Amino acid sequence: MSIATEIAPAPAPAVLDKDTYKGKIHPDWCPGCGDFSVLSALQAALFELGLKPHQVVVISGIGCSSNLPGFINTYGMHTLHGRALAVGNGVKLANHALKVICTGGDGDGFGIGGNHFTHSMRRNVDLTYIVMDNQIYGLTTGQTSPTSRKGMKTKSTPEGNLENPINPIPQAIVGGASYVARGFSGKQKHLVELLKGAIMHKGFSFVDVFSPCVTYNKDNTYQFFNPRVKILEEQGHDTSDFAKAMEKGYQWGEEIPIGLFWKRTDLPTLEELDPVLAEGGPLAFRELGVSDAQSKALIAELL
Amino acid sequence: MATVDFAIGIGGEAGQGIATPGDILARIFARRGLNLNAYNAYQSLIRGGHTFLTIRASDGPVRNMGDKIAVLIPLNQDTMDRHLRLLTKGACVLFESEKIKPGAAAAGVQICPLPMKQLTAGNKLGGNTVAIAATLQMLGVEFKAMEDSLARIFRRKGDAVIAENVGIAKAGYDYAAANFKPFPFKAPNLGKGNAVLTGNMAIAMGGIAAGVKFYAAYPMSPSTGVLMYMASHARQLGIMVRQVEDEIGVMNMVIGAAHTGCRAMCATSGGGFALMTEAVGMAGMLETPVVCVDVQRAGPATGVPTKTEQGDLWQALGAGQGDYPRIIVAPTDQLDAFKTIPELFNLCDRYQCPGLVLSDLLISEGTASVDPKELNFKPKIDRGEIIFPNGNGDSTNPYGGANDNAYLRYKLTESGISPRAVPGTPGHIHVAASDEHDEDGTLISDEFTNPTKRREMVDKRARKMETVLSHIAPPKLVGPENAAVTLVGWGSTEGVIREAVEKLAAEEGIVANQLAVKWIVPFHADEIMRILSRSKKVIIVENNYSGQFARYLRSETGIAAQGHIRKYDGEPFMPHHIVNAVKEQLAGKSKLSVPHHEIHV
Repeated sequence: MSIATEIAPAPAPAVLDKDTYKGKIHPDWCPGCGDFSVLSALQAALFELGLKPHQVVVISGIGCSSNLPGFINTYGMHTLHGRALAVGNGVKLANHALKVICTGGDGDGFGIGGNHFTHSMRRNVDLTYIVMDNQIYGLTTGQTSPTSRKGMKTKSTPEGNLENPINPIPQAIVGGASYVARGFSGKQKHLVELLKGAIMHKGFSFVDVFSPCVTYNKDNTYQFFNPRVKILEEQGHDTSDFAKAMEKGYQWGEEIPIGLFWKRTDLPTLEELDPVLAEGGPLAFRELGVSDAQSKALIAELL
Repeated sequence: MATVDFAIGIGGEAGQGIATPGDILARIFARRGLNLNAYNAYQSLIRGGHTFLTIRASDGPVRNMGDKIAVLIPLNQDTMDRHLRLLTKGACVLFESEKIKPGAAAAGVQICPLPMKQLTAGNKLGGNTVAIAATLQMLGVEFKAMEDSLARIFRRKGDAVIAENVGIAKAGYDYAAANFKPFPFKAPNLGKGNAVLTGNMAIAMGGIAAGVKFYAAYPMSPSTGVLMYMASHARQLGIMVRQVEDEIGVMNMVIGAAHTGCRAMCATSGGGFALMTEAVGMAGMLETPVVCVDVQRAGPATGVPTKTEQGDLWQALGAGQGDYPRIIVAPTDQLDAFKTIPELFNLCDRYQCPGLVLSDLLISEGTASVDPKELNFKPKIDRGEIIFPNGNGDSTNPYGGANDNAYLRYKLTESGISPRAVPGTPGHIHVAASDEHDEDGTLISDEFTNPTKRREMVDKRARKMETVLSHIAPPKLVGPENAAVTLVGWGSTEGVIREAVEKLAAEEGIVANQLAVKWIVPFHADEIMRILSRSKKVIIVENNYSGQFARYLRSETGIAAQGHIRKYDGEPFMPHHIVNAVKEQLAGKSKLSVPHHEIHV
């Protein structure tokens, strides 16, 4: 770029292997935390898709799971609590050639960041949102979360949670997300496939992952989920059937579906709809300023 | 020297169409090369209430709406009742005689009833046209100017509509010639055209000139004009414009776009800015250059959405928790706003920090004329130390950066500035973190917490501010050095204070000078102390209750002003407010003057 003040070296031929995606910092999550599995699944998905680390940006908010960008070798942003999607929208629109993956927890995404979740879905920017949903606030040592079940005892609800939880799957389907899936840390191979599908999906893709907090959530444990989760892909679920997707999304109890609930490919992304991005490459790399003809026209409007 | 200087006031209910005659008059005056300033006093409603537009024009400088109205055009009885009493000898009032009755007027005020039904031939929308045409006649403006203006406004409606309106205008023009006494002066034609723009347009155009490629906003008066200008020019100029779910989203999205390499900007008002402030701090922490404009309105909370105030100074100073470098500037008028935005972008890019602009309703929604030659859309661009992807080079590992320690995003440097690579650049992978971090972006908030490193990073960021001051202009004393009083203001009050200083000299024999401060952070404390230490008396003029700038000046320089002139009724200062207050304070009657706003709008 002519405006660069320092010229970055171009890629030399380099080999991509699984370790390429490993960050230099080992995660500081509690031993047994579900987030380890999500991190590994994401690294595997990127590797299997052959995506180059410098062309991927992983953006998180705040919380245990939001430390993830530090543990993966891609460009990363560790932003404010709840704001990963808002920042992610800006990154993607500024350079739509990048793969943008937002990550975070249930409190980050459905609590403090709920407004951005709602509007990012309808905006349909081509990015992937992975929520490590542990139904608890872990980093603040165990308070109720938007997905904590009614009656759950936490440090902020010692007599039991009085409020109803959010169900992110139907919310995402109704909200306009065009790829809506749920994974489970205990089913990593399945999760890798869900993430690959999400990353390659054109439009807003959402993957809610049951990622047990082994320290603070004694309700939603591996032992709770293992016998209950049922893989939709093994049940012949039709991901284009809205009513079925909603029905499966609401299913809870002895059987809890995981997998891809809902997918549609008929919605153009925001990047496709905005003529500003139609040609000229990423906004971030375009020449600044306006032409003489344009500045003349702007002034003429004022005369 | 000005040979003519007059103001026209048009008032009525919101929805009665005050903007259009205002625009017609402004453009006619500007096309003659006159300078103008227009201020619209309005209320937070779409229909009804009272709206009053003041357009002042002169062949000399026009820096504010002035003190008096030469022509009053009341479109309803309420406007007549509110404003007629304020007219003085030589002024006139033009009104629809069948609908509106004049009350008692001062001696020498010309009462000009217009038989609208007859003049408009029954066209109910023609009343404003008649009044404008009559006004122009009395100001000695040839009818052709009105005709051209109507042809432009109605060009999409066809020749028949144009002809009808020209006919109505001619009737009004001729009626005035036959029945009313013209002004003793003629509005001259200086043979060069001026451009007309609002402050919000100027802010948007400043962003465009600076190379903004990403603009986001949530609508909020009085900043929405920036969004509207950006949105209506986005596609022709290749700018991504997004209306976002809330101001928190706005600022975070702007940071995302800026981090990725765009020049990105947003504008809001105080309430929206309050929502943005956590993210403003993040821009400081990530060292991301963003520009945010706070168009101040009367607060706190929702306050008075359509009224002006300089009440957000301490909010801007305190935006975001903790210490971090940021630049704060308060432009002094519309043209200054246009020029300041590119300058601020250069500083923000160079120092990798957020830049805050304190505009206010007076500047942003006020209209001014400018010499089109002043609108330079090719300002100097300095993007600082930024690294973009490039096809040349010899990196050994495109996937490196963090893992091989080949690139340190937050490298400790003498200047505090660390070269900034944008995502997508090979060999420069890193994490930009809102948590405190090490040189390579590793968090030092958890297992790597380290007081020494934390201190180094705070110092590094702070170090950046040490040299900013040398790039911004120090404030200058305007007027005679040996004055009885120095009037200090900041931002939008520069123009009205300047006129007050001139009036004090011309009409009261009081020698005053003026110090207008524009750059708030960093602050030219030494230069300001040097100037003010020579002043016989310092009076601070500002549009807020508590003297926010007076307190800031004291905190940065130790200077406690001897006098204060403050206004917090929602309306801007008029020159005579300041003149009278200075007289009062020089006579030792008061140290704090709060001028009364005579016009009820």
